[in-house]
Amino acid sequence: MKTVIDRYIREEMFPHIWCPGCGNGIVLGAIIRAIDDLNWDRDKIVAVSGIGCSSRITGYVDFCTMNTVHGRALPFATGIKMANSDLKVIVIMGDGDCLAIGGNHFIHAARRNIDLTAIIINNMIYGMTGGQYSPLTPTTKFGSTAPYGNIDQSFDLCELAIAAGASYVARGTIFDPRQSTSLMKKALDKKGFSVVEIISDCPVSYGKMNKIKSPIDMLKWIKDITVSKKAWEGLSPDEKKEKYAIGEFLSKDRPDYTELYEEIIKKAQETGGNK
Amino acid sequence: MKQKKLLEVHQNNSVKISVRREWCKSCGICIEFCPKDVLVPDDQLKPIPENIDACIKCGLCELRCPDFAITVEGVEEKDE
Repeated sequence: MKTVIDRYIREEMFPHIWCPGCGNGIVLGAIIRAIDDLNWDRDKIVAVSGIGCSSRITGYVDFCTMNTVHGRALPFATGIKMANSDLKVIVIMGDGDCLAIGGNHFIHAARRNIDLTAIIINNMIYGMTGGQYSPLTPTTKFGSTAPYGNIDQSFDLCELAIAAGASYVARGTIFDPRQSTSLMKKALDKKGFSVVEIISDCPVSYGKMNKIKSPIDMLKWIKDITVSKKAWEGLSPDEKKEKYAIGEFLSKDRPDYTELYEEIIKKAQETGGNK
Repeated sequence: MKQKKLLEVHQNNSVKISVRREWCKSCGICIEFCPKDVLVPDDQLKPIPENIDACIKCGLCELRCPDFAITVEGVEEKDE
């Protein structure tokens, strides 16, 4: 008997290397189910990742895959999309990979509105390298480089993506994989730069530093810190600091970069290169 | 080397729950969040669907399993 998951994974690579209870596996499942629902040809799908625990995903799925350098998944994906705009390009990144090392690439991919789907697994810490705080670690929380609590203000990834010009922005959690799958489906189907942030757990680094001991407690914690977008709007400013809104924040139509580029090529060909 | 049985299949007349023991890392998420307490941990803290008759086929264990180690299917579905 083959499950949906079995049809898309490189089975010889399993069991995967992620720690017990790691959210990356749940996100991978959600991505596979979203793609299966859309019924896309797997040879037309390219999954690109950078460096980090989450970036191991590209080793486990049987699409065209590429594991690139730290923070640079989006530039590689941009190149792939520009070279062959028929391909469906999915970029899978962690929070540090996307917004610290690759922060500039992220805002510019959103500004250009290039037709990529960015899935960001936000575990609020650098898990692989030993629990250093990331740009998405909430203020006052602990990391190995913030033993007295983090004094940085964290990014709101979704607001950042909206401000930078993305076409689709949503946030889900690993606690509710069904919602995450449906958000990913909409993002994948959307023309233009789509961003889905998935709030995930890292029991080994974030959990240990912040005294949330087990994967089960981490999932309960994720449930506690998230509220639906509608409920979030009714919260006081102080309450909002502690919570994450989940749901779809933006879905708009704007010309995508590859379309505009093809128009330019056409124009240049028509005029024979004369402006 | 290999553990006792790689794929454990438990079935009643409405549902089939399969546990891939080799892939399970005993995180306990499926057991804790099962709304009907179908699953109980064994000596290695891996799930055994002891109360399989209570299963409502919500599939939450399968969706939340980070290791793709548990699957739930209705038995009326034909195998591929």
